[in-house]
Amino acid sequence: MRTQYLFDRQTVLVLSILAAAAILVPAMNGLVPPGSALHLSDHLVPLLGKYVCLALLALSVDLIWGFCGILSLGHGAFFALGGYAMGMYLMRQIGPRGAYADPILPDFMVFLNWKELPWFWHGFDWFPFAALMVLLVPGALALVFGWFAFRSRVTGVYFSIITQAMTFALMLAFFRNDMGLGGNNGLTDFKEVLGFPVQAGSTRVVLFVLSVLVLAGGYLLCRWVVGSTFGKVLVAVRDAESRTRFLGYRVEHYKLAVFTLSAMLAGVAGALYVPQVGIINPSEFAPANSIEVVIWVAVGGRGTLAGAILGALLVNAGKTWFTAALPEFWLFALGGLFVFVTLFMPRGILGAAGDLWERSSRRLRTRRSPQPFTQAAE
Amino acid sequence: MTAPVTPTLLYLENVTVSFDGFRALNALSLVIDHAEMRAIIGPNGAGKTTMMDVITGKTQPNEGTALFEGTHDLTALDETAIAELGIGRKFQTPTVFEMHTVEDNLLLALKNKRGPLATLFSRQANQERERIDALLERVRLTAQRHRRAGELSHGQKQWLEIGMLLAQEPKLLLIDEPAAGMTDQETADTADLLRDIAKSKAVIVVEHDMTFVRDLGVKVTCLHEGSVLAEGSLDAVSANERVVEVYLGR
Repeated sequence: MRTQYLFDRQTVLVLSILAAAAILVPAMNGLVPPGSALHLSDHLVPLLGKYVCLALLALSVDLIWGFCGILSLGHGAFFALGGYAMGMYLMRQIGPRGAYADPILPDFMVFLNWKELPWFWHGFDWFPFAALMVLLVPGALALVFGWFAFRSRVTGVYFSIITQAMTFALMLAFFRNDMGLGGNNGLTDFKEVLGFPVQAGSTRVVLFVLSVLVLAGGYLLCRWVVGSTFGKVLVAVRDAESRTRFLGYRVEHYKLAVFTLSAMLAGVAGALYVPQVGIINPSEFAPANSIEVVIWVAVGGRGTLAGAILGALLVNAGKTWFTAALPEFWLFALGGLFVFVTLFMPRGILGAAGDLWERSSRRLRTRRSPQPFTQAAE
Repeated sequence: MTAPVTPTLLYLENVTVSFDGFRALNALSLVIDHAEMRAIIGPNGAGKTTMMDVITGKTQPNEGTALFEGTHDLTALDETAIAELGIGRKFQTPTVFEMHTVEDNLLLALKNKRGPLATLFSRQANQERERIDALLERVRLTAQRHRRAGELSHGQKQWLEIGMLLAQEPKLLLIDEPAAGMTDQETADTADLLRDIAKSKAVIVVEHDMTFVRDLGVKVTCLHEGSVLAEGSLDAVSANERVVEVYLGR
């Protein structure tokens, strides 16, 4: 089949680029001597790692928006929850090296005069538990939230609005000191991850490579999901939800399954993000963040998976450049980009490129054999 | 499960649906037998589509009984559960999955396990392939197999949707205006196809095209203002004074 063939090409391309990044970035950072034009300086490695994590977040949004038509404007919340789970692990690793040198309590708790660790902090000193929570906390929230929303058949813009409300509510909650998660300042001052110093160049290179590998894994997982019959049902729900119901599919179960999976992917992205940027605070829950993710996906090409990765990388690279060169214009540029893409490239960069490719290949094919396309419809 | 209340396949009694005081169905009663084909006619707003909505669980009636196979209370079930019982529906405007290929449209409709886990790990079996081949042949879309459903002509979409209905292997098919927008030849072919289907399954066809209804050659029910106005052979119904007055015109 033609589409299947295209998918395979795309997968090979995405994986090759990611493999190249996983090899070139450490090599250019570690092997190429500083001063050479090809040298990648130390501060760029975590920056690139951050982009890769955001690409994974974009991928999770594309899985539900591009393939099932669920426009979540609150996916930043799942990302942040994954990040907080990782942050809690990193806080516990600080041990007595904090400013107040309390062997157990993180600095902000000592500062607040707390005497013992809140119950939900227990277990986070053990990495496997924290890693499990990175998946379970966003997953459980998505499961509960989605169960209520999809069961009541909340769709379209109404769903988008309540996801905004969800992330906003979480932001307000996490800002409170009583939450026991660092309030306004969030979690920061990390020292070690699995025994390796977080600030060290080598740790950052490893974290980058790990992020790339996880992104590749996430991409393959999504590709497998959308390529299965399950994925075909998702697209059916996206395009004709009530038809799918009348065929006997429990639409709400499908939405819930894919929404939960997507939230877990977002959580993993957040968990990889935190050690590389060195901080997690409630501003990650800001509603605007979640909207920005949707823009990345729209720019790259909704419903293509690879487009989500491309869009996240391009827009974030643009953001880094813009906020350094012309900081006051960045939001205008982002808004303008979204308007431009919506009006002139409704299927994003990959969609536009795919159209071009298809048109040229179709012209080639019809030149070779003119008959099969003429007996078409009408 | 209790013993069947009625031996008929579909049993509607005194079904009433009101929307803001407007009675879309007004004490409608209708009985369909196993492997019976019935044509429903009636003016716009007579309640034909609302009746289908009640049977398929899209609309809850305010009053009345709706039983399938004598035991299943349709008013207590939702669309999915009713589809699983074996009631398939074709919409007035053809509704197919436009971004999927013709083959995938049929694949999704095939009678199979419908749960998320089952579909996630399913592999296409030879048996399914043969089923799809046979269905494609039956609705004459074999040549279009790999095309996107959105690229099909209107008539082909109508047929694809009928094919999807058949793939579900339902016991009762509800078909809303299958001949709308079709050429004369396509209309005649559709009538043939439906007659053939009705040999083994119950079929309810809603249609405005009287030539088509005549082609079907089955018992006709005329609805008006949400209840049955006349029932019988097409000739008998068309001779009915009231039917002529409200629907056929003089």
